[in-house]
Order: sequence, then C-alpha cells, then structure tokens
Amino acid sequence: MTTPPIPGPPLWLLLELTYRCPLHCVFCYNPVDFASVEDELETADWIRVLREARELGAVQLGLSGGEPLVREDAEEIAAEAHRLGYYTNLITSGVGLTESRIRAFKSAGLDHIQLSFQDSTREMNDFLSHTKTFELKQRVAAMIKAHGYPMVLNCVIHRMNIDHLDTIIEMADTLGAEYLELANTQYYSWAHVNRDQLLPSRAQLVEAERKTNVWREKLGKRMRIFFVVPDYYETRPKKCMNGWGTTFMTVTPDGTALPCHTAKMLPGLSFPNVRSSSVREAWFESDGFNRFRGTGWMKEPCASCDEREKDFGGCRCQAYLLANDPALADPVCDKSPHHHVVLEAAARADKTTRVVEKPLVFRGPKESGALSATKPLVQQPARSSARTGGPCSSARRLSA
Amino acid sequence: MNEFADSAVPAIGRGFRLQWEAAQNAHVLLYPEGMVKLNGSAGEILSRCDGVRAIEQIVADLEGAFNQTGLAPDVRAFVAMALERGWLELRS
Repeated sequence: MTTPPIPGPPLWLLLELTYRCPLHCVFCYNPVDFASVEDELETADWIRVLREARELGAVQLGLSGGEPLVREDAEEIAAEAHRLGYYTNLITSGVGLTESRIRAFKSAGLDHIQLSFQDSTREMNDFLSHTKTFELKQRVAAMIKAHGYPMVLNCVIHRMNIDHLDTIIEMADTLGAEYLELANTQYYSWAHVNRDQLLPSRAQLVEAERKTNVWREKLGKRMRIFFVVPDYYETRPKKCMNGWGTTFMTVTPDGTALPCHTAKMLPGLSFPNVRSSSVREAWFESDGFNRFRGTGWMKEPCASCDEREKDFGGCRCQAYLLANDPALADPVCDKSPHHHVVLEAAARADKTTRVVEKPLVFRGPKESGALSATKPLVQQPARSSARTGGPCSSARRLSA
Repeated sequence: MNEFADSAVPAIGRGFRLQWEAAQNAHVLLYPEGMVKLNGSAGEILSRCDGVRAIEQIVADLEGAFNQTGLAPDVRAFVAMALERGWLELRS
C-alpha cells in the first residue's frame, strides 16, 4: 500500500454533542447501540476541540446530536465557536428551543438554525394533519424568522411520506422556509434496520422529483429546494464525505473523532479520541483517518478504474454493510460484483405494496438495548446523513 | 439581470458571511451547509460590498487599488451573478 496523501485541513467540523434525543426516528443514523454511550464530553473538552480544529482551518461547524438542545451548554459552545470565527449551524428538531434560548443563541453569534422534521410516521402525520407537532414547528419557525435567521427546513423523505411531497413543500412555504432540503433516507444504522419499509420504489422517486421540479418553477427564488436522491437507484456511488478524510471530521458525544458520522461501525479500524489526541494528531496521524485516504488502499474493480479519483470508490460503510468488506467498491456501483444486493433491495421496493409487513423499529434506548443484545451484526453499524441530509449531500455543494 | 443602477448599494446577503481564511489563502463565503472559496477578484469585489458603498464607488475603489480602468462591466456582471445566487442583496 502506498503512503496516503497529506490532506488539507478539516474544513467542516460536526460536533455531535449528545446522543440523547426526545424523538425516536426510524431512520436515525446514530449508532443502533447508542444507549450504551453515556460519557459525554465536558464543555471544556468541546471548546478545546473547537480551538484546535479552527487552528487547522476548520470553518463550517454543525452542532448536532441527538438533540443538541438537550445540552445546557449549547449556547456557551456556540458563543466560543463564534469568537473563533466559525460559521455555526444548530441542527435541531426544535424541541426545547424557547424564546430565551434563541435569544441567547442570537447574542452568542449563532449563524443559522436548521429545523428538521424527523419522526417519520408519528411526527409526519401530525405535521400533515396540522396537529400538535405542526404547531410546535410553526411556533419555532416563527421564532427563527423573528430573530432574523434564514429559515432552513430539512425533511427526511422515505417510502411512507414521499407521496405527500406536495403537502410537505406547501407547508414549508407556509412556514416561510427559504431553503428546503428533501433528503431521501440514506440506509445506515436505524434506517438500514428498517430499509425494506423505508426505501421508496423507483416510480415513487420519479414522481417525487417531477413534483419537486413543478414547485421549483412555481416558487422561484422564494424557496430553494434541494432534493437528495437515495443512492440505491444510482449506478455510480457518491463521493462520500467529499472523499474520506479530505474535508470532514465528526466528533461523537464520547470524543471519538471520525471521518464520517458512522465510520465507527467499520471493523479493523481504530479511531482517535479527542480526550487523548489533539485534533491535529487525529486528523493527520491516526490510522483511522489515513486508512482510506486517497486510492492506495483500493482493490479491484476500483484500483484500476478510471473513475477512482472521482468518487473514491464510494462509501466505506456501505461497502461494509452490503459487501462485508469496507475496502471493496461501494455496491451502488454497477461495476461492483455485489451490485446485485442493491438491485435486489430496489426490486423488493418496486414490488412491495404500501402495506408495511413488519413493525418499524423506533429509535429509543429500550430498542437500542435489544438490538445490541440480539443482533450483533447490527450492533456496530451506522453511517451517514439521512438526518441532516447533511454532510454527505452537502459535500456536493461544497465546491459550488 | 443587469437591472440595477450604478448608485445601488450591494451588501452581503442575509445568511451569508464573507471572511478571509488564512488556511485557504482566500476569501470564502459561508452559508447554511455550504462554502464558496472565492478567487482573487471575486474576493476583492465582495469585500467592498459593505452596504455603504454604491457600485460606482466600488468600481472606482477597485480601479484605484489595481491601477486599472474600465472595470465597470466586469464588476456589474459579477454583482448580477452574486445577486442571482443570493450572495448579495441591494440596499436602496
């Protein structure tokens, strides 16, 4: 194996302040064994991470979770981030965002709040039927606008809500959203467990894109709509995280530094912890970050592929989840000998009627315990960005 | 989309932030979930769009700073593109 290339700075930092969350989303990318993670970093640790990463050149910052508002020091962390020169985004469900907290965030210099619609069935039904969650979102959205923030809504899309796209877009417009991210679920972690119930059919997807384009014409510049497709219907993989260890660093609640949200699931890799490593050491010197940098680690068909620099073989976690080896080609690629796994899942989605045959597993401490205990294979999984639509999808916009 | 007067006053759009990043040796424009790394001339123009100076003043500033003339069409074309993308908005 050749020496991995020396990367640029980690421009984009995501701090998962906590895994605690009042919601129980079926597509959450947090580890399915999250209930065992209890030792969250202290305020001072987070602030040290902010300083060290900023010194390297980090500038985009996401404060996420779990629900970051569960942490009472979220304002303090945002304030320090502002002093250091980050552009800071609070990624929240809105649960816990009060008038006094939003004032504190505003004076702390927080740049942007992304309000997410997360709970797939219960919350979405509420939302679509104007019941209590809709009122909460409406109140929070009004508060966000009243404080002069751009209104960014994120809605995770899947089989059970994709046919309601018109209503979702209309509601987003009613709430005064300036950006709407319709992020199709990415199938890692909880979403992988629930994949058969969540993956839309190709026909549903085509129709959803058509509707989105109609709305784009109608709304023009008033609302920008991003539509992130699920990669199961692609023939080439995404350039995951803009390339492993090129741009992103995620720090989990316990201080583990990762090249993507879910890399912890990958076997045979160890990742540094910011309690014992500096951010510089973690980024430049750790085995975990260096392992899949560049192209030297690739096997066939990636190693000799003329597109290897374009997508870097796709997503390492997806390769592991679907082909059982993180160093193989992402099976989304039709050159992968495992591509049939993706085709089969898509074919099942095309055949399945709207009826859900097995119960969804809602993310919650109780279920997390059950999964860890009974299904060792899904104990470590987890990965990408259904939740924020986030770094994976945004990476494509990074170099706009 | 060139329908603005030379007396119009451009400012960085709401939700965007312009700053110099030493690590990238460039001005960058930051916005929700994204970042644009600006080339030299884009950075010089945007860093003068402060909500105070009119386009004609910005052109004059740039021509003075770089000892050039006839920059108005380029500046106006860039401002038009930046308005379209929301990087800039006009104050009247």
